[in-house]
Amino acid sequence: MVTDNKGAIPEIELEGVTKRYRNAEVAVEGISLTVNRGEFVTFLGPSGCGKSTLLKLVSGLSPVSDGTVRVNGMTPENARELVSFIFQDATLLPWRTVERNVGLGMELEHAARLERKERVARMLDLVSLSHVAKRYPRQLSGGMKMRASIARALVSRPRILLMDEPFAALDEMTRDRLNEELLRLFSEQKWTVLFVTHSVAEAVFLSTRVVILAAHPGRVAHEIDVNLPWPRTAETRESKAFEEQVTQASRLLRGVYHV
Amino acid sequence: MTKRSLLTIFNSVIVFACLLGIWQAVVSLNRLPPYILPGPFAVLRAMHGRLPSLLNSLFITTEEAAGGLAASIVVGVAVAMVFAQWRWLRQVLYPYTILLQTVPIVAIAPLVINWAGAGILSVTIVTFIISLAPIIANTTQGLVSVDENLVHLFLMYKATPLQILYRLRLPNALPNLFTGIRISAGISVIGGITGELFAGSTRVGEGGLGYAIIYASNQMETGYLFALVFAATVLGFSFFFIVMFFEWLALHNWHESSRPQTAE
Repeated sequence: MVTDNKGAIPEIELEGVTKRYRNAEVAVEGISLTVNRGEFVTFLGPSGCGKSTLLKLVSGLSPVSDGTVRVNGMTPENARELVSFIFQDATLLPWRTVERNVGLGMELEHAARLERKERVARMLDLVSLSHVAKRYPRQLSGGMKMRASIARALVSRPRILLMDEPFAALDEMTRDRLNEELLRLFSEQKWTVLFVTHSVAEAVFLSTRVVILAAHPGRVAHEIDVNLPWPRTAETRESKAFEEQVTQASRLLRGVYHV
Repeated sequence: MTKRSLLTIFNSVIVFACLLGIWQAVVSLNRLPPYILPGPFAVLRAMHGRLPSLLNSLFITTEEAAGGLAASIVVGVAVAMVFAQWRWLRQVLYPYTILLQTVPIVAIAPLVINWAGAGILSVTIVTFIISLAPIIANTTQGLVSVDENLVHLFLMYKATPLQILYRLRLPNALPNLFTGIRISAGISVIGGITGELFAGSTRVGEGGLGYAIIYASNQMETGYLFALVFAATVLGFSFFFIVMFFEWLALHNWHESSRPQTAE
């Protein structure tokens, strides 16, 4: 439900959203959800609950079967300029160097060369990849590839980030580090984020709100407001409050898995 | 160059010399007449004696094979791009590319010569036909097998279909294209020689390696025949290595096949 904070502006609105595939399988059914500007909302749930489908619907990569999706008051297709999608794999083009990968979007939009170079350089600096700007993706570690992928998403100055299990393939230490870096950028750039993960701890650490989905068909089962103080750092993970929130979310998630 | 690779070269030379020695020994000990099996020295003499016509034949075949191969690359990539863009067209026409590959070239060559006349053009057309299928098949494969999320990424940037083709599908197909060219490079030489067997003299009084092979065979000049076979082999080999070089040039920076992975 909408948490009616004073001055909250709805950024992503889903109303009775249903997605059926051609084989009549129902991916998500009757999902209504409002995400306000500046929120970091994470979707947790068993496989088949339609977490990834929701991101595809919000990005307009996949059309809804029923209901409406509004992004900043527009249809998802029209709102694409505001949105960056980060996939589970880094999805870098192997034939381009890191800097040319990061500049891809601006290149496709025919942005001026000089501005592109400048913004790419600044973004690489922000994710600490300046030293590998001229390297090819195959020469990078998994964590560095993901950083490059994030830099590519941010270089177009998105208002909304859709992240589909971006750190799932990384080892835990790398994942924690990248989570912290992501929040540092989040506090500076103030996007609205929809984030999909399988990790309860990651969800609690990152989010302002955790949405737990149930499967077959995908629907909202629980919503948890995460009340951890900001800024969140490595120490946050050691706090009692964090532990309690993780326990609470785990319990609710377990209930959904047993259904 | 490392000590190890020097040793490899040294070993190869030794083995090659031994093979030549065994060959000469077989000829000398059995007192074989040169029209049955000439020894390596007889072959060398034949090569030396007929060097101008040998080089001329080699040049003509190179011209035909290279022309046919180049045409098959241009046409093959164009066809593959059309196939990649329209799925239904691919499904309807793809069987014909397989047909192209299975039809025996020795059966096609006389037809082509019948239509285009005995000459360089006919032989070039024959090499073109025989080289085309591997390029179409491999390039189409590369254009179509693009990671779905990469397509999504381009769509998020509102990329046009043309941008997706040039910035995503074509570079993605580059390794496959080179695989196709490598296969076609070898068979284009075979196509050229086969065409010449039927076309005969492709210029007034002279012809490519295929023509010269027929001539040498009729004249029982077995030494020259050996020299021609050697030249044809070297030609196929050079085509292959030239393609390998361009492949390395285009892919060595980013593609796994060209260099062992360098981990961070």
